[in-house]
Amino acid sequence: MIAASKMRRAQEMALQSRPYAEDMRNLLADLAAQPAPDDEEYIHPLLRRREIKRAEIVVITPDRGLTGGLHSRINRAVGEFILERQKEGVETSIIAVGRKGRDFLVRTGQEVRAVFSDLGDRPELEDVRPIATLVNDEYGEERVDAVYLAYADFVSTVTQRPVVQPLLPVVPAELEYKDMVGYIYEPDPLTVMAALLPRFVDMQVYHAVLESVASEQSARMVAMRNATDNANDMVADLTLAMNKARQESITSELLDIVGGAAAVEA
Amino acid sequence: MPLTLQIVTAERIVYSEEVDVLVAPGVVGELGILPSHAPLLTIMQPGEIRVDKGEEQTYIAVSGGFLEVIGNKATILADTAERAEEIDEARAEEAVKRAEERIESATSAQDLERALASVRRSQARLKVARRRNRAPRAEMPTG
Repeated sequence: MIAASKMRRAQEMALQSRPYAEDMRNLLADLAAQPAPDDEEYIHPLLRRREIKRAEIVVITPDRGLTGGLHSRINRAVGEFILERQKEGVETSIIAVGRKGRDFLVRTGQEVRAVFSDLGDRPELEDVRPIATLVNDEYGEERVDAVYLAYADFVSTVTQRPVVQPLLPVVPAELEYKDMVGYIYEPDPLTVMAALLPRFVDMQVYHAVLESVASEQSARMVAMRNATDNANDMVADLTLAMNKARQESITSELLDIVGGAAAVEA
Repeated sequence: MPLTLQIVTAERIVYSEEVDVLVAPGVVGELGILPSHAPLLTIMQPGEIRVDKGEEQTYIAVSGGFLEVIGNKATILADTAERAEEIDEARAEEAVKRAEERIESATSAQDLERALASVRRSQARLKVARRRNRAPRAEMPTG
């Protein structure tokens, strides 16, 4: 039942961070719709798109096992994704978050650039920021042309879906003209955008980690419950078999005695 | 009509109430927000947020983030936010000292910038922590 309370807490954390994430997405959409000079140098580095020659995948997996098939499903999704990219002639590299993914990717000879682990059951944004900073720098300095996030999306206690989704370049949501708010920006839209974007990426990574923790705890709880159920079933079967064997031996002993007594009397 | 204020961080919702006045540290200066303010989006610097609700004043330390006002709703997307009662004053004081030491030992411009930022953040926290220990509001002198 420890797993159940951990699961509830992890689900709650994923929920609590939602208002922040949603608001940030809305602000970014409004900012992106602002009239801005079309000049390449005014476009923030994290928004610039270029031809994809090198892709990096941030793979978020649990540190520990006993989660049913959760980590192997993420690893399979990542494996397929890598093969597809390589077929298109795109080089791939990996940032592994969590030991299960790291082990798999090292074993299969992938280029693992960095490893993060021990984020714990209740990660804070500060714990995750180094990951986001690393990919921001790599993208900003054009060492990679695209960054993807792979993690287990938490759907429900019994369903977790492995997903691989784009992280960089940032693609703001399109906004209809009528939905534009027309904020007064202080100091100005470009500066606000420059401050918002890195935090947006932080938030995306943090959100993925929270989803992943919630998935891990749920999968573990279900796996543990299955294990307990199976063990209980086995105890019941074995107890029945033992009782049967005991009764049989008593019956045969009784028959021996009765048979023996009858022979003496005769 | 009161102003609905929500202060959220990536981890949690720190504050969510209807208020009369919000005073926040904008990057171009301190801002007072009253209900029916024009839509606004500003970067915030580390500092203290003051919230007036009737006679009651609440102080919250923020380490930076964004303030968004739209209609009668103000949303603060804070990097970190703590209410006065959540901050341990003694530890906040130590954090200021540590941050000041980092200024002394900074070797590069980047180090120095980071150290200065952490001094500003820790000072804001300390200031808010001290608000709590002060008498709630002095009685009007009588006679």
